[in-house]
Amino acid sequence: MRKYSAMKNKKTTYTGAGLLGLFLKGSRALFAVSILSSFVVTFLNVAIPQVISFTIDSVIDDAPPQGLFASFAALFGGTDYLGANMWLIAVIIASIALAMAVFQYCVTYFNHRANQTLMRRMRNLLFSHIQRLPLGWHVAHQTGDIIQRCTSDADAISNFISNQLVALFRIIIMVVLSLTLMFIMDVRLALIAAAFIPVLLGYSLVFYSHARKSFKKCDEEEGVLSTCAQENLTGVRVVRAFGRERYERDKFERQNVYYTGLWVRIEKFLAMYWTSNDLVAALQCMMLIVLGTVFCIDGAISPGDLVAFISYNTMLMGPVRQLGRIISNMSRAGVSIARIGEIINADEEELGTAEELHGDIEFKDVGFSYEEGKPVLSGVSFTVPQGTTLGVIGGTGSGKSTLMYLLDRLYPVTEGNIFIGGRSIGDISPATLRANIGFVLQEGYLFSGTIADNISIAAEGDVVRAARAACVDDNIRAFSSGYDTVVGERGVTLSGGQKQRVSIARTLIRRTPYFIFDDSLSAVDSQTDAAIRARLAREYGDATVILISHRITTVMHADNIIVMDGGRIVEQGTNEQLLKKNGIYRRIYDMQMSLPDDLKKEVGYDE
Amino acid sequence: MTNKRDKARAKAKESGRVKFFGLTKLAPFLAPYRGMFSRMIICTILVGVFNTILPLFQQYAFNNFIEYSTLRGLGGFICLYLACLLVTMVLDYIASYDCCKLEMYVLRDMRRATFNHLQTLSVSYFNVNSVGRIHARVMSDTSNISSIISWDVYQGGWNITYIISSVVIMLALDPLLALCVIVIIPVVAIVSCYFQRRLTVLNRRVREINSRITGGFNEGITGVETSKTLAVESRLDGKFFADTNAMKREATRLGHHRALFYTIIGFASSVALALVLWYGGVITMEGVIKLGTLTVFMTYAQGVMSPVQWTVDAIADLITVKVNVERVTALLNTQSDVRDTPEVIEKYGDQFNPKKENWEPLSGDVEFRDVTFKYPDGDEYVLEHFNLTVPRGTNVAIVGETGAGKSTLVNLVCRFFEPTEGRVLIDGRDVRERSVNWLHSHIGYVLQTPHLFSGTVRENLLYGREDATQAQLDEAVKSVNADKIIARLPEGYDSQVGEGGNSLSTGEKQLLSFARAILADPAIFVLDEATSSIDTLTERLIQDAIEKLMRGRTSFIIAHRLSTIRSADIILVVQGGKIVERGRHEELLQKRGYYYELYIKQFREEQVKAGYER
Repeated sequence: MRKYSAMKNKKTTYTGAGLLGLFLKGSRALFAVSILSSFVVTFLNVAIPQVISFTIDSVIDDAPPQGLFASFAALFGGTDYLGANMWLIAVIIASIALAMAVFQYCVTYFNHRANQTLMRRMRNLLFSHIQRLPLGWHVAHQTGDIIQRCTSDADAISNFISNQLVALFRIIIMVVLSLTLMFIMDVRLALIAAAFIPVLLGYSLVFYSHARKSFKKCDEEEGVLSTCAQENLTGVRVVRAFGRERYERDKFERQNVYYTGLWVRIEKFLAMYWTSNDLVAALQCMMLIVLGTVFCIDGAISPGDLVAFISYNTMLMGPVRQLGRIISNMSRAGVSIARIGEIINADEEELGTAEELHGDIEFKDVGFSYEEGKPVLSGVSFTVPQGTTLGVIGGTGSGKSTLMYLLDRLYPVTEGNIFIGGRSIGDISPATLRANIGFVLQEGYLFSGTIADNISIAAEGDVVRAARAACVDDNIRAFSSGYDTVVGERGVTLSGGQKQRVSIARTLIRRTPYFIFDDSLSAVDSQTDAAIRARLAREYGDATVILISHRITTVMHADNIIVMDGGRIVEQGTNEQLLKKNGIYRRIYDMQMSLPDDLKKEVGYDE
Repeated sequence: MTNKRDKARAKAKESGRVKFFGLTKLAPFLAPYRGMFSRMIICTILVGVFNTILPLFQQYAFNNFIEYSTLRGLGGFICLYLACLLVTMVLDYIASYDCCKLEMYVLRDMRRATFNHLQTLSVSYFNVNSVGRIHARVMSDTSNISSIISWDVYQGGWNITYIISSVVIMLALDPLLALCVIVIIPVVAIVSCYFQRRLTVLNRRVREINSRITGGFNEGITGVETSKTLAVESRLDGKFFADTNAMKREATRLGHHRALFYTIIGFASSVALALVLWYGGVITMEGVIKLGTLTVFMTYAQGVMSPVQWTVDAIADLITVKVNVERVTALLNTQSDVRDTPEVIEKYGDQFNPKKENWEPLSGDVEFRDVTFKYPDGDEYVLEHFNLTVPRGTNVAIVGETGAGKSTLVNLVCRFFEPTEGRVLIDGRDVRERSVNWLHSHIGYVLQTPHLFSGTVRENLLYGREDATQAQLDEAVKSVNADKIIARLPEGYDSQVGEGGNSLSTGEKQLLSFARAILADPAIFVLDEATSSIDTLTERLIQDAIEKLMRGRTSFIIAHRLSTIRSADIILVVQGGKIVERGRHEELLQKRGYYYELYIKQFREEQVKAGYER
């Protein structure tokens, strides 16, 4: 596995260019090979018309070859010999073409390969980085938006480098080379040819920069149409139940017609642009043929040169006509780079290395707020001696889960402090904490893959035993593929209770010295809840356990119980002590543990 | 025997059609644009012809002006040349604009047809097919089809014409020299076919991996809390890197094939050029052809290979679009399970053109008479000879565990499904005697997961009743305690609710959907009660709203709340898809059966929640 250590704990902020440099590491040489090959291709490409020109003027006709071509002809036994053996010319052309083919292959292949290397690096960097961004960052950003950046924006960057930049290089070389040769052959003709370049370029630049807005508008309107269909489908029962099919039809129809009209209007301009652009290019070609003919008759250039000149012009005009589009698209990449930069420039958590951890957990005057001025915890103090069980009970929003997020350093402690084994958790690396604390979330995420994969994701071990301890073994065996049942988007959907128990199993298999169950038995029934706790006590008896729950039955056997309300501890003690207090705990206990008299009467209940 | 032969013939016919890429099925969509379509084809063909004629001007310039060192006739030459260019431009403009229009119009019509057809399908269709897939039929399949039947036909027409026309011109100029170019054409065609097939396979593979990568990002981001607490970041990295490695490998292989393909085509053109120069050079020296003719051959030699390749591309596109065509036609051919008879439509109208003048009022007596039912995709009867009379104004509560099949009765009352045997009577008449639309217009339906449409609050409320006045809106909103929501929103009734109403909380959406139902003032009210946790205050408001809605109406409620259950006139207890107990609350408790168990359990659940309230 490749390490992306350069990214770890970095505090550098990348500029747009710096970011490109970072992504391009490892693919630069490949891009260079592709670009160099394209230079060679360009040179070979312009050589062919020279051979043709020479053939027309000196082999077919009898003008004496000049300069380089004289020695060239001599090499092949003179122009007369070549004339008698025309196949030699064909062989020369074919040889150049073959060399060109080889290099052309290199251009395309290495560009692809470089681009793929770039893409892989970019994706891997992004993925690893995002994994290690603090939870707070994730909460502040929308999933859809981040994914969009990692896919569309990353594509845009790769497109910018591998298509647009490379094409730009190639076009510039082509333009310079063919224009130079054209100027050497005939300055007047070359000037006429060159005069059209700014015209065509300017025309396409203006057009594309305008068209882009219209394209964007069209995309948005198609989005509206798509949403309209989507909502109609998801809300099909509402539509049917209110008998509003006609309304829906009209709504879709309006947007459909509007969107179509929008496109057709733009396409009219597009068609106009294409054809007029073609016409300008064709006019240029016509002017060259006509004037070239005149100059040829004047004797200013030879017929062979005219043929070569027209070939060069064709080579020149193709790229020039693409240029406007490429340049106008390039500006898009800037936006994408900035959007990805925002992700890359966010600071990762400093995970550190995992070490052993043991000792009592101690919360001392801990306070916390997610938003300024809205404390969710204040003055929370309690101790969990090693090997004991703590029960935490409280309503929604009482701050129970936040306590545990702080303990696992998912959020930093800002007020008061937490100690484990006497060390402040600020001095214990997150890696150590998370390696030693088995934290079962209320809604754990199951990763795509089999159930067995999911249970053994964090540690190797006896999968079945862990599943049994979490009371989910029977359920898993009930699936036709058992432990190899695929879950996630492409697989089976587990029920809430099954998911929770698989989450428990994958935590238990780690055999960590600390366990936290954050309301992670909420979706299983009370009996299973009890069974899991019994197994836990039997098999993991020496672990320090924190049980968070709504249910009294879940926490009542704990060595110590804290009752949370509004971010504070309102009561603390064992079940017996708390019952004696006659406070909130007692009230909750009574409500949950016994049926009130009116219900007893109602159902005729007798104990 | 004859039967067999008929089948074989039908099959042959079928496969014959397949040869047209299943495009015959598109005829109805193209028919309205026959004129435009033919004009496009004719124009693009003419453009192709003119494009092959243009090099002849160069030939003429060489063979006449340069050869004889004269400029006589140059004026006429320029005029003709210009005329040709202008005509080409005009034709090309017509062809490409027609092509654009054709694409968009066909797309619009196909989307309209699929969307409208979907409005006529029964709910069962939506139970079996996922929203994502149906949505793709309406949006992307149609888009693929329309773009291919317009652009590929336009391009294909030009390409084929260019090939034929240049071959004809070359043959006319010098048949033997023409052969030098023509022999290369089939080679290019065969190479293109080979690579096209390989590229299609590779492209598909790359797309698959790509979607895996997107899924990987999704997983990494959605599951971040889990991966942090389990400290499995590096493991997930490894899993993701495996995908990106596979992507690099496959996409590079694709690059290799593509590079080879384009290189070979380019080389083939050069070989044609070399052949032309060889044989052409010889016969030029012999004086058989003139220099201009040689140059024009060189132009064709280099120009004709790409159109050959593009033609193959276009054919490949047409082959792949077959899948899209089949999907769309399959959707359009799907018939609704719940359909009104022609007589009913005659009298009551269909969903798009209801004849409200013929609609009777609905008072709300519901009766299940000897109903036997099984779901179209199920194989077990969930109701057998079921009888139930629900006089107007009666409240029916349906209780049972999640997934026990509580929606069945509701589905039958709403006529989302029809009984396999027996009848459902509304006001004493079989539901099938009157239109689906008539029934639905008289039923208020509130879902477990409230569904709002993007747009304003007002638009959503008016969904219940198009012509409601402001006073009626206010009253409805107030009666379900939703007035506070509206007051809190920055623009009141005109606030946007966001896609799927997502800028509102679940409780708020719930209350607004009650208001929507109350506005419709239905005689029958159907509610699927939410189990999702809602804060206590909203919970109380909702309870209150439900009571108001139930009052004086026939109602069917899939109930979870004890208060709702207790106040029902009839309670139906569902277990394993079947109704196991029925009666009033007290009677059922007395029985000490399944209902008793459920009730105690639910009671405890509510107590857990209630314990933390102050």
